[in-house]
Amino acid sequence: MPVLSAARVTVVAGKGGVGKTTVTAVLARAAADAGLRVLVVELDGKESLGALVDGIDLEPISAPDALERYLREHGFGRIAKRLSASGVIDVVGTAAPGIDDIVVLGRIKQLERSDRWDAIVVDGPAAGHAVTFLTSASGLHDAVRGGPVRAQADDVLELLHDAGRCQVVLVTVPETTPVNEVIETAYALEDRVGVALGPVVVNAVDMGEAVPDPDDVSVEAEDDAELLASAARFRRARRDVQRDELERLGRELALDQLHLPLLPVAGVGADDVRTLAAAMRAAS
Amino acid sequence: MSLAVALDDAEVIVCCGSGGVGKTTTAAAIGIDAARAGRRVVVVTIDPARRLADALGLVDGLGPEPQRIGEGIGAPGELWAMMLDTAATFDGLVRRHAADEGQAQRIVSNPFYRNMAGALSGTQEYMAAETLHALHGDERFDLVVVDTPPSRHALDFLQAPGVLARFLDHRLFKLMMLPARRGMRVVNAASQPLLRAIGKVVGSDVLADAVAFFQAFAGMESGFRQRAEDVIALLRDDVTRFVVVASPHHDTIVEAVWFTERLREQDIAPAAGVVNRLHPRFGDGDAADALVSAKSAEADGRADVAALWRNVAELREVAAAEREALEPLAAALGGAPIVEVPLLPGDVHDLESLDTVAGHLYEAPA
Repeated sequence: MPVLSAARVTVVAGKGGVGKTTVTAVLARAAADAGLRVLVVELDGKESLGALVDGIDLEPISAPDALERYLREHGFGRIAKRLSASGVIDVVGTAAPGIDDIVVLGRIKQLERSDRWDAIVVDGPAAGHAVTFLTSASGLHDAVRGGPVRAQADDVLELLHDAGRCQVVLVTVPETTPVNEVIETAYALEDRVGVALGPVVVNAVDMGEAVPDPDDVSVEAEDDAELLASAARFRRARRDVQRDELERLGRELALDQLHLPLLPVAGVGADDVRTLAAAMRAAS
Repeated sequence: MSLAVALDDAEVIVCCGSGGVGKTTTAAAIGIDAARAGRRVVVVTIDPARRLADALGLVDGLGPEPQRIGEGIGAPGELWAMMLDTAATFDGLVRRHAADEGQAQRIVSNPFYRNMAGALSGTQEYMAAETLHALHGDERFDLVVVDTPPSRHALDFLQAPGVLARFLDHRLFKLMMLPARRGMRVVNAASQPLLRAIGKVVGSDVLADAVAFFQAFAGMESGFRQRAEDVIALLRDDVTRFVVVASPHHDTIVEAVWFTERLREQDIAPAAGVVNRLHPRFGDGDAADALVSAKSAEADGRADVAALWRNVAELREVAAAEREALEPLAAALGGAPIVEVPLLPGDVHDLESLDTVAGHLYEAPA
């Protein structure tokens, strides 16, 4: 399973609507099918993920829970409950921006160190937050001069900078704006985090059979001819955009691309994840 | 009822929905249409991803001041656009409510305060509501259209007073402010066990900044609360309309239904739903009909015609799945209209394609 074997921790990141959660599930399923011990980490409170990775270990991590655990494990046991009570994490997070992200990343590092899993797939933070999330460690490293948080930030930085332990897989779809965004995010992550980037997963790629140019096909019935032609033009125009955007992505971002096929559904279920995982294993 | 009727006499339009569903495009298209109808519209985007600027074809992006755009669209009205500047808006609020320049300066130069705009969840939503209120009172405009941030916090600004007031009323902050009221010094605040524990975790400098902020802020809570109540009154006023935006996928529909329910909990009826990027319907039949036609073309030795029919079948299958996915939203919206914007062959990234979207938004419903 080349995608995940590059590093133990894979953070899946992408803007809203591109299928980040689907790709997380597909990567996890493909790795599990290949015989790896897989853990899926979920950060968004996204309940739908559980059903998609049925049978695979799943650990949801929320910032307040991670903070409480962190405090308990660092000798603040008695105060942990009060500190992490709803609302207090807001103050702590405001006092030291990034601390909520750091405790989450710290927990991921702890899971990685436990050696219980071969691959840990993280359904990354929501839209636009990926860069902030991953820069939290260097930000805190600079802001806090000592103490347990600084130590935690240092550990997290070590994880992020080790390509053998951690990589980011970016997700996009073959359209103009999502491709622009994934290129921007890739450069931001390389410049500001220094984390290794895995292949870009391009989700919902129309890989169906070729649709003939309707101008080259004569259809007797006039109504049918019009219907067939308008549907064919629509599909061909969408595919033109797709081809151009995939080419541009390849030109502007020197990363491997992994394409997942577009499915004729309005929401991906567990069976679809199995289908896509098989397609991914075949492709890679 | 069409979108035009639902939004006709609105003075504020808020587009909400999860990320990537086309809120910004929808907000811009509504703005264009209103400018066409002769109104002076300002579209405010909270999205830092420059999507509005991209959609409007603005190469240099958008600034924090309203900027006149789209003069080429031939509208009798005016179209303006701007980007929310959370930090500057917050500074403005502080200066307005501070007792004197000294207090304002102590607050805006405090590192803890400087972090709030970027790090405290809800601050951005609150400042969006504040900006919206200010623009509503601005005589240059008679319609304000805003897209909300793509998170579940998006509706926090319905509870704008709540967000900051809850923060400021928290027991911990009261604890931090206590020493100031008693005339004690910051170091004494830090001797509280809870604060001492926080200090150990985040460092004592950081804690001292936080304590100093709350002390400097003391006395301004009520002014903030009053202003926030004015803002929320506007959001709840009949001149403000909420448009729930979704794409035709199960998960974004679930989010849209969730937004709709939260609005109803606040006694706000959403004015309309907009579903972007639906696959168009081709012909009257379903996918199975098209496959039958494909088979018979195949039997006639017309592989090319069969391929065209299979294409129709595939597009119909997606279109049907998408329409089915929409049903829960239609139910949640009750009588409010749902407008369907078809997936266009190309991307929406200039005024012309936005105009096409606007055309679909304001089409008479089927």
